[in-house]
Formats: sequence, C-alpha cells, structure tokens
Amino acid sequence: MANKIPRVPVREQDPKVRATNFDEVCYGYDKEEALLEASRCLNCRNPRCMTACPVGLQIPRFIAELAAGNIAGAAAVIAEDSSLPAVCGRVCPQETQCEGSCVLGVKGEPVAIGKLERFVADYSRELAGSSPLETSGSDMAAAGNQPSETVAARGLVNGGDPLRSGGGDERGEVSEGCVTRCRRKVAVIGSGPAGLACASDLAKWGYDVTIFEALHKAGGVLEYGIPEFRLPKEKVLRHEIDDVRKLGVKIETNVIVGRTITIDSLMDKEGFEAVFIGTGAGLPKFMNIPGENLCGVFSANEFLTRNNLMKAWREDYLTPIHAGKKVCVVGGGNVAMDAARTALRLGAEVHIVYRRTEAELPARREEVHHAAQEGIIFDMLTNPVEVIGDEKGWVKALKCIRMELGEPDESGRRSPVPIAGSEFEIPTETVIMALGTSPNPLISKTTQGLETNRRGCLVASEEGATTRPGVFAGGDAVTGAATVILAMGAGRTAARAIDAYLKQKS
Amino acid sequence: MYQILTKEMLTPTICRMSVKAPRLAAAAQPGQFLIVRADEKGERIPLTISDFNAEQGSVTIVTQKIGASSADIIAYEPGEAFADVVGPLGLPSEFVNMPPEKLARQRYILIAGGVGTAPVYPQAKWLKEHGVPVDVIIGAKTKDLLIYVEEMRPVCDNLFICTDDGSAGFKGMGTNMLEKVVSDGHSYTQAVIIGPMIMMKFTTLTCRKLGIPAIVSLNTLMVDGTGMCGACRVSVGGKTRFACVEGPEFDGYEVDFDEAMRRQGQYKTEEAETNEKHVCKIGRGR
Repeated sequence: MANKIPRVPVREQDPKVRATNFDEVCYGYDKEEALLEASRCLNCRNPRCMTACPVGLQIPRFIAELAAGNIAGAAAVIAEDSSLPAVCGRVCPQETQCEGSCVLGVKGEPVAIGKLERFVADYSRELAGSSPLETSGSDMAAAGNQPSETVAARGLVNGGDPLRSGGGDERGEVSEGCVTRCRRKVAVIGSGPAGLACASDLAKWGYDVTIFEALHKAGGVLEYGIPEFRLPKEKVLRHEIDDVRKLGVKIETNVIVGRTITIDSLMDKEGFEAVFIGTGAGLPKFMNIPGENLCGVFSANEFLTRNNLMKAWREDYLTPIHAGKKVCVVGGGNVAMDAARTALRLGAEVHIVYRRTEAELPARREEVHHAAQEGIIFDMLTNPVEVIGDEKGWVKALKCIRMELGEPDESGRRSPVPIAGSEFEIPTETVIMALGTSPNPLISKTTQGLETNRRGCLVASEEGATTRPGVFAGGDAVTGAATVILAMGAGRTAARAIDAYLKQKS
Repeated sequence: MYQILTKEMLTPTICRMSVKAPRLAAAAQPGQFLIVRADEKGERIPLTISDFNAEQGSVTIVTQKIGASSADIIAYEPGEAFADVVGPLGLPSEFVNMPPEKLARQRYILIAGGVGTAPVYPQAKWLKEHGVPVDVIIGAKTKDLLIYVEEMRPVCDNLFICTDDGSAGFKGMGTNMLEKVVSDGHSYTQAVIIGPMIMMKFTTLTCRKLGIPAIVSLNTLMVDGTGMCGACRVSVGGKTRFACVEGPEFDGYEVDFDEAMRRQGQYKTEEAETNEKHVCKIGRGR
C-alpha cells in the first residue's frame, strides 16, 4: 500500500560546507523522488491538508497529477490558486498547516507536500528555461508561462467566480465580467506576498492592476528579509514575480505611498477605483535598554536588508555590512534564525539569545534544526538588560540576566521571570535585535479615514475592508508580523472583496 | 530608469545634476531628501534635494565625492540614467506646514556649511516666496569650495559669506559669522543649520548661546529610507528617533551629536576596504 512507503528524505547541503556559503541549504527532490513521494498521498475524499492551506491549494489534485507523471498538469492545478509555489514550497510552515493536517501524519510521517509543491514549481521553471518550445503547449500555458493576452482571456473564463464554484455559470460571467472588470484600475500597495497574491487574482479576472513598491526590487520580505540560502533570489523569486507580471500586473518600483504619492491621489487623480494595502510589518522593534544606539547594534531588518536586498554577501556589490568575530542575535523567531545564519556565513561565531527555552522558540522547527546543525549557539533563558560599549562607542559586551519559566501568560506560554542577581556579560562585537516588527505608519498617517489599532495595525474586516470605502488591506499590515502564506491568503480574500465591491459599485 | 538631464561640476569634487523623476518632483517639499542607487551593484545613497520642478518632472541633486558610491554617481553623464531614484523622503521643513499667523512672526537665519548649502536653497526660496524674512550664511573652508552663492542671492534678504581662510567674505567659521551678524544688530526667531555633523553641533552651541532656536538636518546612515532598517536612529531629547521618517530635521538643542557622529562612521572600516578594491567602471570607455 501507498502509505507503507516511508517519507522520502530530502537531500541537503552538508552543514559544515553550507555554513560558509550562501547557496541553498535544501536541494529539493529530483523527479524520481518526487514521484515516489507523491505516490504516498491517499487522495482523501475530505482533504484536510487543503482546508489547512491559507490559499486553499488543491493539494490532492496536484499530487495526483504528479503521481501520474503529469508535472505540467500538476503545475496548472497549483497555478489556479498560487503564483508563488516555488516560494511557498520553501518557506511555508507546512508542519502546522497542510502537512500538520495530513492523515498519514497521525501514525507516521505526513506527505512532504511542501517539497512536492517546490518540485513541481522548480521542474516547470527549469523546463521553461531550458527549452521554451516545449513549454508552449497547452498544459504548460495554464501554469502561468504564457503571454499576458492569453492569460487575460483565460482569466475571464476561469475566473467567473472568484471561489471555484465548479463551473456552474461561468459562461454567463464572461460578458458580465468584461463590463464590470475589464480595464477597471486597482492599485496594490506593496509587492510582498499579500500584494502579489491579491494582484494575481485580480489580474486573472481582468482588472487593470498596478503594484506600487517602495524599494527598488519587487518581492517585499521575500526580497529583503528571507536570505538567499532559504530562497534563491534570481533563480526562484525573480521568476515567480515575472509570472505575476505575465498575468498583466504592472509593478512600479521606487514609489512610496505616503510620500511619493498618497492613497487620495491614486483614487482622486489617477483613477484607481479600489486600493489594496499589503505593506507588511516593516518597522523594527528595539528593547529600549541602555546602549542600544551604540555602534554595532543593528536591527535584524537592517542586517538582512543589507545582505539580501543589497547583496552585501557578494564581493561585487558596494554594500557594507558588519558582523565581526562574534555576534549575539536577540530573539527566537524565523527572522532571528535568518539573521544568525547569515552572520555565521559572514564568518562570525553566533549566539541566539532568547529569554525562554528552546521549546518556546517561535521559529519553525526546521529552521532551528538547521541553525543548530550549522553551529549556531543557543543561549536560552537569557535576556539582555544592557549593551555595554567601549571608549569609542562600539559594542563590547551584552549584559544579560538569567531567566526561569513562571506561570503561563495569556498566550498560554510560561512567562519568563528574571532570576535576581544573575546578571552576566557575553563579550560580543555585534548585537542584532530580532524582536519582531510592526506595521509601518507611513500610510495610516497620510490617509484620512484609515483606522489603526493600538499595535499600529490597520483595522480591517475578515474580508479585508478597511474603515475607508474602496480601501482594502491584508497580511502583516493588518495582523502584525505573521507568515508568507497567511499574507497570501489575506491577499486572495481581499481580492474577492474588491471584486464584489467593484461589481456592486458599478 | 531615471535620466540625467544636466550636469555641472560646482567645484572639482561637488557635482550638480538634474534628474528626471516626475512623481518625486511633483511631491517634493523643502527639507526632504531622496535616495539614489546608481546601478545594480551600487548602494542606496541618501542625498538632499536642492531643487525640484514639477512641470519638467525633474529634481536637482548635489553630490560630493566622498567614497566609491558617490564617485559612481558623479561619473554619470547627461543622457545616461540612474537605476533608481526614490523619494521624497522624510518630513518637509517645519515652516511648510506652519499656520500663516505664526509664520508671519518668523525671521529665519539659514546657516549652510559646504555641500549642505544645496538643500538650504529650496528652503530660502520657499521662505522668500512666502514673504518670510530670511538671511543666509554660507560657509566653506576656502573660496573654491563655496557653492550656490549666486543662486542664493535672489532668494534671501541678506547673504553672508565666510571662509575659514578668509579667501572669500568674512574670515572665520559659520559660528563666528553668526555671532558677528547678531552683534551687528540682526535678530532671528529661528535658525536652520545644514552641513557636516560637526559643523551642526558647534553652530547649535552658538545658537544656544545667542538664544536662537536651532533646527538641524541630520544626514545619518540609511538603507531603505522608509523606517524599515533603523540605521538612521538618533537620540533626540533622550529618545530614539528615526531620522528617515521622523526627520531629517530635529531640534538641534536636543540632538546627541556625539552619538550621531559615531554612528555615521559605523561602516568606515568596511567602506575603506571597498574604496581600495573598487574600480569605477562607470563612464569609462564609452
């Protein structure tokens, strides 16, 4: 039986070697491995994996195509719901979502859904890159590799109902769709996961979508936050963003909404009928402890942006970056792991300083495991109280206090309590603060009628409607820092709400 | 791409360029800045905006050759284009949004040092256009390093020039010039100081001595310029502020200049290495 086959292990770069380079850690499946792993799927009648996916990817359907050897067909199934499969296959927390819900996981190992998604995306991309002629066939066309005109046409037919309705009244929607959707302008602010997902759906349905991006490259956190060794930029990310462009989405970089233009000017002067705000949570938090402005104290955002977006790790780029011989990264989330593993690759001894225990680390298990394998040192139950500087104003040590776990707090986690008199110093050259991020107030401060909550997040309904008519929002800008896939889910939900709003408006 | 429309060398190391950036030009206000990335491999360099023309869709930048990245920017010629120009960044000068009745009571002295003279120009121009009394001090090490002297004359009431070596105008620094101007009977409700960090520090001290409130424009390190990286953080009145989104202008009395100067030099070692290795390829062999 299919479920007797053990989960196919995935090949990875040797930890000792990868600790010195920025090449991708995980090699992914080859075709043989992927087909074998795909054969493990039971194709459940009630696919819990799909329910657990924030974008509702049709997981059993794509895996069935893959198991049958129809990789292009699998890609087409995925493309119906996601423009970023090679990204999601790499960075989604599958263990708590699709794979966490897989029936096979009850008694054994769940199907490696993420690795399969990644294989389908990588295989299709490499095929498209190597021999363009082969990809012009009809099944690859649906995978998003075709010119935008065909996509627009397909979008109008397939996109009859934003939620797959099983194709009941799609024909009726074609003419109606053109009146209510064609050439109506929608602005999407931010080209991260939320914005890309929202823009993709809207473009498939025939809307004229422009994404405004503040930085010089599209991708948001996928570009500036997630390092090359987890998500290769040129090979993987660029390609998937180009796929979004091929849907007809325009991306205007170097436009800061709230400075270069405003939501008002977009709606009043440039004719955008609806706006989606997917600006993420880009504002770094600091601890507000003494010495935090010393030289050598960086936000994880700065450290990662210099390395990822500005490519400081590459000799041929001008961007400076400072790691030194020893680095303390404060925090325990995925961003802390990314910063730590980046500093390690730049040649430093790296400590993760976290106030709870390893069991409470908010980072994905896989990331913690990879970090430990590579030689990151975990200083748990340790909380910084002061950064100590030398006479030149540079960091020389991080003063910390030992913690112990007390009573559970409102999040259910046992809250860390300082142990009196246990202060000690960790000598270090660099301190990187990875304490989480909050939404950037640039837009909320410059837009009338947009409410925010106490944490600076935009107030929005479950469908993504903000307190201002015609303006929608989703992703980290609404929830505070979360995951790529939740942001994509919110982007898709808001796309449906924008579609409904514009239909009703006309 | 952002095309360079005009270029002229104001001194052997200071270059003025006008660049096509229509959205930016339409939104810019005095006091704001922009970021240029010359090419794919360049840094994002924050530069002050020294003029903007919404009709032409152009902005004027003045760059001083300091390191590898600024040398790359200066090497561009009209007709060529920068990969990226983004802005306007930061908040406009305080006077831009001041209630008219308050503005009518102001008498400004704008004190410019070196390349910091360029961003003083749009401020003086704005004040002059709005009928606010405005005097300007331009200071430089020596005559050859003075910029914007002729441009400034028509946009201020009194222009005072000083050089450290006395080769042009008053012999002395901006601080000495300011003391002289005040002792000669001029009085001001507000000073705006733009120049090197050390010059802003000492000019602020002089302003304090003379009882003139002082605003300074901080040229801190930055990456994104939108509040994302925190490289620009400065201590103002004991609180950490982000110069890119809460500044660049702050109350000079409250700024911790010593910390700001240290932070500005954070990447000196790395940059020195880059400068040694870097061979500028831009504008060569074309």
